[in-house]
Amino acid sequence: MGAAVDPTIINLVVFVLAVFVGYHVIWNVTPALHTPLMSVTNAISSVIIVGAILAAAPHDTDFGSVLGVVAVALAAVNVAGGFLVTYRMLEMFRKKKK
Amino acid sequence: MSANQLTLWYLVASVCFILALKGLSHPETARRGNWFGIAGMTIAVLTTIAVVARGRIDLILIAMLAGGMVGAVVARRVQMTQMPELVAAMHSLVGMAAVLIAIAAVNNPAAFGVADPLPTGNKLELFIGTFVGAITFSGSVIAFGKLAGLGKQFRLFSSAPVVFPAQHWLNLVLALVMVGFGAAFFMADDKAWTAFFVMTAIAFVLGVLIIIPIGGADMPVVISMLNSYSGWAAAGIGFSLNNAMLIIAGSLVGSSGAILSYIMCRAMNRSFVSVILGGFGAAEGSAAQGGTDKTVRSGAAEDAAFLMANAENVIIVPGYGLAVARAQHAVKEMAHKLQQKGVNVRYAIHPVAGRMPGHMNVLLAEAEVPYDQVFEMEDINSEFGNADVALVLGANDVVNPLAYEKGSPIYGMPILDVVKARNVLVNKRSMASGYAGLDNPLFYMDKTMMVFGDAKKVVEDIVKALD
Repeated sequence: MGAAVDPTIINLVVFVLAVFVGYHVIWNVTPALHTPLMSVTNAISSVIIVGAILAAAPHDTDFGSVLGVVAVALAAVNVAGGFLVTYRMLEMFRKKKK
Repeated sequence: MSANQLTLWYLVASVCFILALKGLSHPETARRGNWFGIAGMTIAVLTTIAVVARGRIDLILIAMLAGGMVGAVVARRVQMTQMPELVAAMHSLVGMAAVLIAIAAVNNPAAFGVADPLPTGNKLELFIGTFVGAITFSGSVIAFGKLAGLGKQFRLFSSAPVVFPAQHWLNLVLALVMVGFGAAFFMADDKAWTAFFVMTAIAFVLGVLIIIPIGGADMPVVISMLNSYSGWAAAGIGFSLNNAMLIIAGSLVGSSGAILSYIMCRAMNRSFVSVILGGFGAAEGSAAQGGTDKTVRSGAAEDAAFLMANAENVIIVPGYGLAVARAQHAVKEMAHKLQQKGVNVRYAIHPVAGRMPGHMNVLLAEAEVPYDQVFEMEDINSEFGNADVALVLGANDVVNPLAYEKGSPIYGMPILDVVKARNVLVNKRSMASGYAGLDNPLFYMDKTMMVFGDAKKVVEDIVKALD
């Protein structure tokens, strides 16, 4: 003991706790909004765009950074598309003025 | 920006993502939730860009702009009935992005702040992130093709299950070979490109093979499952890059998809394993056993209108047939007319009423049906006993009372208790059976009147008759 904890262990701690949070939050989602849930989770999982940005950043261009740029574009499609289509759907669920 | 600051900003973004999902517990808070999601994403992207500020920012911004514009255009144009296709397509993009990032990470770990050569632990996580991403990509492409009805153009996209002998053994063997190459990859001291690429290629093939045997009726489960996979892929990449935000976001999405898969399986009375093994939804033509000697009472739209106009309580049961016929707006008009006559009109939604979880709710919301008239199965099933009329529009299996009979193939499936209503009106195009290939005793009951024809046409005729 005393030595630094392996990052993988810390990752595992975060992972397990996040799954618990996810489990409880998702069961509270009203079934009527399951389709917007799916589109917004799609947008959220596109946060891997940060990995793509890191991959694309190096100046000495090689195939890795080219793939990174492509990944940035693919993830960006999802980020914009996911949040926008969720917005569109949720606007339809707005309470109508009678 | 220091690594500590960056991590704290990522924490803020992670909390935003949790709040985004939390908002979806009610339609009134859902829009704010979406803004939380957007805020979280903005924080995540801006802080990351700040970190690599001296890198190739120009290329990154161009790629983001191009991708974002494509996404925005598609999101604006897509029709609500096409939502399953859109979601499948978006899953495939997440999967592909995960694979590309993984390849870049193997190539140049230093760009991600990971030791070079990659530590064994990170390699294992990269292996997991890569194959889950690859399966998500190719599986989602097949799911997209099936949903978009491209089976005629390309057989693998057929909505009927594509099965061949020893299919599951082949999948098992391929999976084992894939794991073998994965092991070779993370045992090797150097960059074991060959093992890595063979492993990735097998994963792409596996994604195709896993989805092709699954029939059209099971697509709600498949979409939810791929939703889950795309989350786990993101979490896997988060592990290999030691990025807590990616792990959190990925786990949220992964559990969301898993829970939705579970809900869909339960609603269809199918075990998850049997959905995955596939083969369901095949043309079981011998459906209507002895159905010919039974008689149905059929009536015209005017009769249906008369019955409903004189009722106190009407419950409308919309099925996917309604959406196919694009009859949502006509139904809304009909309900409005009935309400003006003092009839209490409500909608009953079965969890698998559409082609994906919650699909029917979106379709009704699009037609401006107020969501407080729309009820989930558990909330309205006890009300059918008080209903004077239950109007079934393009639904079949989800109202089939055979679900109560032991020994029937759908025994135990949760259904809408339409059979308890005093009068039942059923609109269908013909007497053809539903996905389960079963005859429906509801149609032959004395209190049931069939109104044959296209849902939109029939409902419009009812609206005219109500004037």
